[in-house]
Amino acid sequence: MSTLYAFDYERPTTQADAVRLIQAGGRPLAGGQTLIASMKLHLASPSQLVDLGAIPELVGIRKQGDELVIGAMTCHRDVAESTVVREAIPALAALADLIGDKQIRSMGTIGGSVANNDPAADYPAALLALGATIHTASRKIAADDFFQGLFSTALEEGEIITAIHFPIPQRAAYVKFPQPASLFALIGVFVAQFRKSVRVAVTGGGSGVFRHTAMEAALSRDFSPAAIANVATDVESLSSDLHGSNAYRAHLVSVIAQRAVAGAQG
Amino acid sequence: MKLEITVNGRAVSADVPPNTLLSAFIRDHLRLTGTHRGCDTSQCGACTVIANGRSMKSCSVVVGQMQGAAITTIEGLAGKDGELHPMQAAFKECHGLQCGFCTPGMIMSSVDLLTHHPHATKAEICELLEGNICRCTGYENIVKAVQTAQKKMSA
Ligand SMILES: Cc1cc2nc3c(=O)[nH]c(=O)nc-3n(C[C@H](O)[C@H](O)[C@H](O)COP(=O)(O)OP(=O)(O)OC[C@H]3O[C@@H](n4cnc5c(N)ncnc54)[C@H](O)[C@@H]3O)c2cc1C
Ligand code: FES
Ligand code: FES
Repeated sequence: MSTLYAFDYERPTTQADAVRLIQAGGRPLAGGQTLIASMKLHLASPSQLVDLGAIPELVGIRKQGDELVIGAMTCHRDVAESTVVREAIPALAALADLIGDKQIRSMGTIGGSVANNDPAADYPAALLALGATIHTASRKIAADDFFQGLFSTALEEGEIITAIHFPIPQRAAYVKFPQPASLFALIGVFVAQFRKSVRVAVTGGGSGVFRHTAMEAALSRDFSPAAIANVATDVESLSSDLHGSNAYRAHLVSVIAQRAVAGAQG
Repeated sequence: MKLEITVNGRAVSADVPPNTLLSAFIRDHLRLTGTHRGCDTSQCGACTVIANGRSMKSCSVVVGQMQGAAITTIEGLAGKDGELHPMQAAFKECHGLQCGFCTPGMIMSSVDLLTHHPHATKAEICELLEGNICRCTGYENIVKAVQTAQKKMSA
C-alpha cells in the first residue's frame, strides 16, 4: 500500500478564506483524482492542501444571458446529467460523460481538469473550441490565452479558478478516440459553429490542446465533413509514443474532425 | 483532524491524520475489510464505495474530502437479517465472480449503475463498468448478473 506523506489540511467554507490560504502557499485540492495520485508518487509534494469541496459558491451550473456558467468544483457527472447543459450545449454534456469512468466522473471537477491541463484531457478542447472564459478569483482569462502547452496554464501562484463561462454555439460536437487503457483521448476534436465563426480544437496531440486554424478556415466556407477531408495537419507538431506515431495521430485528427462535423450537423 | 461521516447508516466520528485515504479509513480504522485495495492507483475499482449516492474509488481521495458524507460499503448492502441485496444475489446466481477480489467493487459500481441507469442496455452496462477490472471472469457473467438484478429490481 502506498502511503501518503503527512501534510496540513484545510477545508474552508468561503472562497475568500480559500484564496487567503492558497495565497499563503496552500495547494488547491478539487476532486483529488489527479493530485492525490501525484502525491502518492511524490510527483507533487504540497505541505498544505486547501480542499475547495465545502465552498458553495464554487459549485453549480446556470444559464446567464447567452452564456453557460459552470462553477469550478462542479463534477463531471453533474455536467453530464445537467438538463441546463444538455439544452444549451449538448456536446459539452456528452464530453463530460466520456471522461474516464463513472467513479472518476463522480469526483473529478471541471476546475481541476482545466487547471491541470493534461495534454490528453477532454475539457480543454471544449473550452478552446467554444472560446470560453476562465474566471479566477481576481480576473478573467480567455481560453486562447489560458492553455500554454503541456500541463501549463496562465494561472499564477495563488490563483484559483472559480468558474468557466461558455458562449453558446449554434451547433457543436465532440468526438473522442480514447486510449483504451487510460481512457484519456488519443485524439479528441471539438468543433463549434457560431453565427460568425467556426472553431476547431484538438486534444491528445501530445504537446497540449491547439486550434486547427486550417480546418476552421475550410469549415467557415463550407461546414461539411468533405470540406476538411483534405486539410492537412502538421505531423511534426504532434508527438509519437507507444500508443501511436505522429503520422497516425495526424490521420486520426482528420478522421475524428470529420466525424465531429458530421455529428454537429446532426 | 476530526472527521464526522456516516458509514452504512451509522454516524461515525473519528480523530484521524489528514493524510488518511478513504480506503485506509474504511479498512484499517473501521475494520470494514470488504472494500478491497487492489491497485491503489484509481485503475481497478476494487475499492469502489458509494458516497452521497454515487460510486467512487476510495483509494483516490483523502478522508477530509468526505467530511459529512454518507458512505455505503459492501457491508451496508444486505438486509439486517442478512438477506442479500438483489445485486449480491444476482452475482451469486449468475456466477459473477471467481476469486472474488473485484466483487465488492463490482457490486457497488453495479448498484450505482442501475440506480442512475435503470434501463441500461447490455452495451451501456459494459461501458458503465469500465472503472472496474476483473482478472478472472471475462466479464460475461458479471454483465449477466447486472442484467438479472435489473429485471429483479424493476419487477
Ligand atoms: C483513471 C482515470 C481516468 C481519467 N480519464 C480522464 C479522461 O478520459 N479525460 C480527462 O479529461 N480526464 C481524465 N481523468 C482526469 C479527471 O478528469 C480529473 O478531472 C482530473 O484528474 C482533475 O480534476 P480533479 O477535480 O480531480 O482535480 P485535483 O486532482 O484535485 O487537482 C488537479 C490540479 O488542479 C489544481 N486545481 C484544482 N482545482 C483548482 C482550482 N479551482 N483552481 C486552481 N487550481 C486548481 C490542483 O492544485 C491540482 O494541481 C482521469 C483520471 C483518472 C484517475
Ligand atoms: S484500489 Fe482503488 S481503484 Fe484500485
Ligand atoms: S473474480 Fe477474480 S478478479 Fe474478478
